[in-house]
Amino acid sequence: MNPFKKFLFELQETAFLVYYAFVRVFRRPVYLSEWVRQMDVIGVGSLPIILLTGFFTGGVLTLQSYDTLAYYGGQSETGRLVAYSLIRELGPVLSALMVAGRIGSAISAELGSMVVSQQIDAMRALGTDPYRKLVAPRIIALILMLPLLTVGADLFGIIGGGIVANSLFGLDYNVFLTSVRNGIATEDIIGGVIKPIFFGLIIGSVACHKGLSTKGGTVGVGRSTTSAVVLASIVVIIADFFLSRALQHILE
Amino acid sequence: MLSFLRKNKTESAAHGTLQPVTKDIEDAFFQPTRALPAIEFRNVYLAFDDKVVLDGVSFKVRKGETKIILGRSGSGKSTLIRLVLGLLKPDQGEILVDGEDITYLSEAQMMHVRAKIGMVFQEGALFDSLPVYDNVAYRLHERDVDEEMVEEQVKRMLEFVDLEEAIHKMPAELSGGMRRRVGIARALVGNPRIVLFDEPTAGLDPPTARTICELAIKLRDIQDVSSIFVTHEMKNLEYLSSEYAIIDNEGKVVFEEEGERLCIINTEIIMLHEGKIIFSGKEEQLRASRDRYIQRFLNGK
Repeated sequence: MNPFKKFLFELQETAFLVYYAFVRVFRRPVYLSEWVRQMDVIGVGSLPIILLTGFFTGGVLTLQSYDTLAYYGGQSETGRLVAYSLIRELGPVLSALMVAGRIGSAISAELGSMVVSQQIDAMRALGTDPYRKLVAPRIIALILMLPLLTVGADLFGIIGGGIVANSLFGLDYNVFLTSVRNGIATEDIIGGVIKPIFFGLIIGSVACHKGLSTKGGTVGVGRSTTSAVVLASIVVIIADFFLSRALQHILE
Repeated sequence: MLSFLRKNKTESAAHGTLQPVTKDIEDAFFQPTRALPAIEFRNVYLAFDDKVVLDGVSFKVRKGETKIILGRSGSGKSTLIRLVLGLLKPDQGEILVDGEDITYLSEAQMMHVRAKIGMVFQEGALFDSLPVYDNVAYRLHERDVDEEMVEEQVKRMLEFVDLEEAIHKMPAELSGGMRRRVGIARALVGNPRIVLFDEPTAGLDPPTARTICELAIKLRDIQDVSSIFVTHEMKNLEYLSSEYAIIDNEGKVVFEEEGERLCIINTEIIMLHEGKIIFSGKEEQLRASRDRYIQRFLNGK
């Protein structure tokens, strides 16, 4: 199969997976406990690394931009730059990349292991639809949790930026926070929350598809885990561009 | 009890080892639906890309019968039982379960068919994240059965496979043989009338393999379950074709060898080679076959 055909085939398979997961999601039995468990694993479990990522990204933004701003006499606008960059771009994208690494790999490895050890077949044989039991809760948890994690990353990024601005450059907290408030508009926040919804869908569907299409034993599990993380990350970055353009068009 | 044909009713009754065949069971045995095969394959073809896996396969599994499927690795044995469960779809032909054509049923439509079938996977295929109790109870939890009833059934099934002590263990704590037995218990919850065994003894030590065969014999002879037993191990063939289970006067299950008093009529063998059935019949006929491939398979040379 040539690479283009293979790509189209994979795209079709992933689209079907999402379709099946959502079409059957409210059929009985509804696996609410599984939804909650996945939200806990994905949301609460990823919180420390996301907050750390946000905090140090905010810090490094201040570190790298303060001198340039000061050169033009705009050091009081450091908060605006940090908040704007974080909320519009870095928060959603970095959170999605961290979650793709942590959760995308875990989902793909777990489902892949279940495939090679015939647990998925066993599940189907016992009358359970794996799309509803395994795929839907993971994708839904990602769609719901990633925006919340992103908001956390944004907040901690602003805090990190403020601490660095104050401790290293002596910028007053009030000045920093005022520029943050002045620099952010409602559409920035809306855009910053809409993006992770799509990123959650991308990470979940890619990871579930790669996991469920695992072939070739434990080596295959490793392969599908790697390709899930790489593919999800690349698609997130590509989608970010088109989403940014679309949101610019819609919100502004 | 339905598994045996009495060679001489008076003689066997005089020995007192068999429970008397009751009127109800006799009626059930001769009711018209029993004539309907539990599983039927009609001219089934399946290929993966260029590789033909099944090439016009036709056979029937009668109610209460055990069909042993023999063949080398890669001969399409496991594919057969995946087709029965609808985990794969054939390219051509028909597959019937309890007289119902399941060939083109959707995943959702297959659910009621799967409810009638228990499947024992090669390595047990237990859910790693669930303890033994939840693994065995899986089908019942899916159906929202009352927890008290679930517990009773799980205990009964674990007792059947002699693993009551493992109820709270995780699959990782179990040996290979124990995993298979838990897999059997899980397959039997809900009293399926059809059980599919996919090489359940592969890689097990002889005593454990023997235990698994005994469970299959018990299912056939005590529970009147129809089954397909996929294997390439000749010892399994020997056990399943020459031994039967009965309940003795003390209510215990005992295994006896086929002999003058009783003969097993409900175990047949199918041999697959390159996607085709090259033999179908009894063990004695298989051993008497002059086919070179069969002889090489039987003798391991």
